[in-house]
Amino acid sequence: MFELKASYVSLFAMSREPRRDLGCLAQSEQAEETTQVLDEKAGSVTTAEPIEETLSEEDLDVPWQVVVHNDPVNLMSYVTMVFQRVFGYARDKAEKHMLEVHHNGRSILWAGMREPAELYVQQLHGYLLLATLEKAV
Amino acid sequence: MEICKRKDYIEISELDPFLAELLRQIPASTNADGTSAAEKRLFSAPTNGEEAEFCAEWKVYVEPELRRLFETATETVAADLEQLNGNEKSLANRTLRIPSKHSDAWLCALNQARLVIVAKNDFSENELGDHLRSPIGSRRDLSLFQINFYGFLQEFILRDFG
Repeated sequence: MFELKASYVSLFAMSREPRRDLGCLAQSEQAEETTQVLDEKAGSVTTAEPIEETLSEEDLDVPWQVVVHNDPVNLMSYVTMVFQRVFGYARDKAEKHMLEVHHNGRSILWAGMREPAELYVQQLHGYLLLATLEKAV
Repeated sequence: MEICKRKDYIEISELDPFLAELLRQIPASTNADGTSAAEKRLFSAPTNGEEAEFCAEWKVYVEPELRRLFETATETVAADLEQLNGNEKSLANRTLRIPSKHSDAWLCALNQARLVIVAKNDFSENELGDHLRSPIGSRRDLSLFQINFYGFLQEFILRDFG
């Protein structure tokens, strides 16, 4: 059996997971935490060393965009269905993005942290859409 | 040809031998046959040519999973199409039933077939928009008809089970 890299989950798993505001999460984790500790023996309050959480460059490097590109072969109704399934968008919103792809050649479907963006691109490729991961300018 | 939705399946009846043969061609049509343009379309790059290392990892870890997904869908469709291989007279009209639980596999296989045919024939956007061209003019015209016929089936499946 082929072993998958840990960072890639099975196709379509993302659509079943509740989404969270990963951008906000990154910001809160960046904040240094300072904890006051009561030293009973000394009878004084000391300030503990700040706890620093290490985040990778990729985590801090937001936002990334999931872009879908125009393709004359995929049916408009099919593309709309895919947007609804992958991103959980309502039909109106999915259609708006589909028309944006159709008329402008591309549409930004989602923006956020790198890892979920990669997973969205993977899902879209599973539906045979032309999708790329791009760094927001 | 008649196409209608039943409770748990789509029934395509009165399939004449020509359309039945086009349906039988779906699994074979999904095969890129090593055609670079078709392979490139089925397994498109995850970036716009940037990040060579990420793209190389994608090829190693993601593409095989996508390939398996596409092959599984094609196998499901091929199994359904065995309904068309009965012992009836070769010129008799046939009936095909597509179970609703196979609708995603059919959408995937039909999409693969359409993308591969377009890539192999290098059809222009104008040609793809020409829905009235006769299929009997040339092999290229037949391929265009095939794309439109598969697209029609996709629309029907999407309408009922999408």
